[in-house]
Amino acid sequence: MDPTSRAFIENAHAGLANPVLRRALGIAGTGFPARRAEAIARLPEFEALRDEGKAIKDHTIAHLDFYLELYEKNVAAAGGTVHWARDAAEARAAVLEICRSVGAKIVTKGKSMVAEEIALNEHLEANGITPVETDLGEYIIQLRHEPPSHIIAPAIHLMKEQVTETFRASHTELDPARSITEAPQLCAEARAMLRPQFLAADVGITGANFLIAETGSSIIVTNEGNGDLTQTLPKVHIVVASLEKIVPTLEDAATLLRLLARSATGQEFSSYTTMSTGPRRPGDLDGPEQYHVVLVDNGRSAMIGGEFQEMLRCLRCAACLNHCPVYTAVGGHAYGWVYPGPMGAVLTPALIGIAEAGHLPNASTFCGRCESVCPVRIPLPKMMRHWRERQFSQRQVAPAYRIGLTYWAWVAQHPALYHALVEIKARLLGWLGGGRGRFRALPLAGGWTQFRDMPAPEGRSFHALWAERQRAKR
Amino acid sequence: MSARDDILGAIRAGLGRAALTGDAGDELAARVAAHRRNLIPARAAALDAPRRVDLFVQMAEAVQTTVARVSSNQDVPGEVARYLAAENLPAEVKMAPDPSLDALPWAERPLLNIKRGKAEPGDVASLTPCLAAVAETGTLMLISGEATPTTLNFLPDTHIVVLRAGQVVASYEDGWDLLRQRPGEGPQALPRTVNFITGPSRTGDIEQKIELGAHGPRRLHVILIDDATQG
Repeated sequence: MDPTSRAFIENAHAGLANPVLRRALGIAGTGFPARRAEAIARLPEFEALRDEGKAIKDHTIAHLDFYLELYEKNVAAAGGTVHWARDAAEARAAVLEICRSVGAKIVTKGKSMVAEEIALNEHLEANGITPVETDLGEYIIQLRHEPPSHIIAPAIHLMKEQVTETFRASHTELDPARSITEAPQLCAEARAMLRPQFLAADVGITGANFLIAETGSSIIVTNEGNGDLTQTLPKVHIVVASLEKIVPTLEDAATLLRLLARSATGQEFSSYTTMSTGPRRPGDLDGPEQYHVVLVDNGRSAMIGGEFQEMLRCLRCAACLNHCPVYTAVGGHAYGWVYPGPMGAVLTPALIGIAEAGHLPNASTFCGRCESVCPVRIPLPKMMRHWRERQFSQRQVAPAYRIGLTYWAWVAQHPALYHALVEIKARLLGWLGGGRGRFRALPLAGGWTQFRDMPAPEGRSFHALWAERQRAKR
Repeated sequence: MSARDDILGAIRAGLGRAALTGDAGDELAARVAAHRRNLIPARAAALDAPRRVDLFVQMAEAVQTTVARVSSNQDVPGEVARYLAAENLPAEVKMAPDPSLDALPWAERPLLNIKRGKAEPGDVASLTPCLAAVAETGTLMLISGEATPTTLNFLPDTHIVVLRAGQVVASYEDGWDLLRQRPGEGPQALPRTVNFITGPSRTGDIEQKIELGAHGPRRLHVILIDDATQG
């Protein structure tokens, strides 16, 4: 999909002014964190598992070439094929070629963020193949021609009224007088509409949560069972996965699986955790006849050895989104590409460039909740700071901001001057605002005071008060 | 250069080294061959067999799996008939063509219509065995094979699973060991698919409210045969 990350500020304003989004994010921003906290409280070993999960991913990335080659060998041993793709175009071409080789007309899809990243649906459509999203959230946004707004709950920006409207507009073959105002009716309708597609599909495409080097297997985690119907019924199963999904062994996958569902939805385990190894075996009564893996780099290998390598540990659980005060205020579409929230603020600039996605690492309060909930302890705020430093050194920030920062940095490196200036400013503001105790507007701070008042200082700086108190103690 | 060589080359350039050879490669191969277990939560691992089965039931019921405990093979057909009737479902079931299920005394329930094979679109309820059950999270472990087609686990609205108490293990790792004990070598010896199933199909995609039966089964019923004492 074409990024609109350059327009983050406009996108965010639009999100803040959208009443439906406000209600929807209100539900998400409280529900997900509460369920996660409950699930973790039930598992005393959770913190220790986080340490192990981090160590497994770090070990894997440090030996990624070895594990990828072992994985490829084992996929082949099980009768499957690995297709390596340097970039999105190669990945799309590989999928299309497989689809064409079996004359595919309808392709069912399980939810895959990498497929979004490589804009697979658009490419298949342009080549006369109909992709059908089968995850309920993905299905809804496909009908609405919208991108996902969350990496595990793609339609989280909608309320049921919008889903009702969408189904009425799209399912025109159904009785217009039918009642579909409630979630159970909407789910039942989606199930009924999608069942024939599952049965008609020639190819099923899924993502992968993990690729196991030891066995050449792929693992998907879902709650709906759509991924399983997608990969079981058609004659070809294509897994589209980025290369950092590799883990060495089944035991390593088990550890990460214990972290994933709890961090994502607060479930003990998702309804369906499915491991697939190659195509159907002789004698099997069902399952695909062909098993392909399109292994996508698209910028990952360039992150190795640099300051963003740790981002490759990401499990895509979305805990950082769910706990982010910025994401839960502006919503996922504001970020303008596939990956929103804190993980997107770090990953998106790495994949599409800091010039394109420069706003994202700045859309943070640095409250640190993202890092504190990350199951594999990715230092997201630190890496956002790395991006900001890069922007600054590459002169990608506005001149006024740049001059201001340069000036501030110089002053901050001269403590005596800094303290004197702060003391003067505190006294001046304290005197000016003394009557009301707050400011409605301040020069150079119009953005801050547009929606709230600035409290007036009480007249002394913290440093001055501290020094005074220390003197009094002696 | 091929995409493969380019990608592996870029990874090695980032890591600042050439392809691993000799001892370094052997060490990693040994790590994989040993597939050492990481930390396993004490929740299930610390329990004796009867308590482990109780934990499985408790965890499974917490995610809307229903469990009926019966005392022997003899009781299974009756429980299938009772469950279908209680749910107002027709007395018919598509059964995995598995010897362990064939051996059950179906003749005692002549009104129960049993068909064998993979699932077809019209099938309302399925009946399958499983490889194991994981007490830690109330999870069933099913594998694909000649006698256990995967479609039975997903296409019908109702999925009934026959589980023996002796099949209840503590952890996923115990389940991996069962897979590795199967005959044959290498990935081809693995079943095409391993399904860990924890409750019926669900979605929270509309306003975060959980709805059962999104695409897979709406009902998941376990018939647990308390055979532990029979060895």
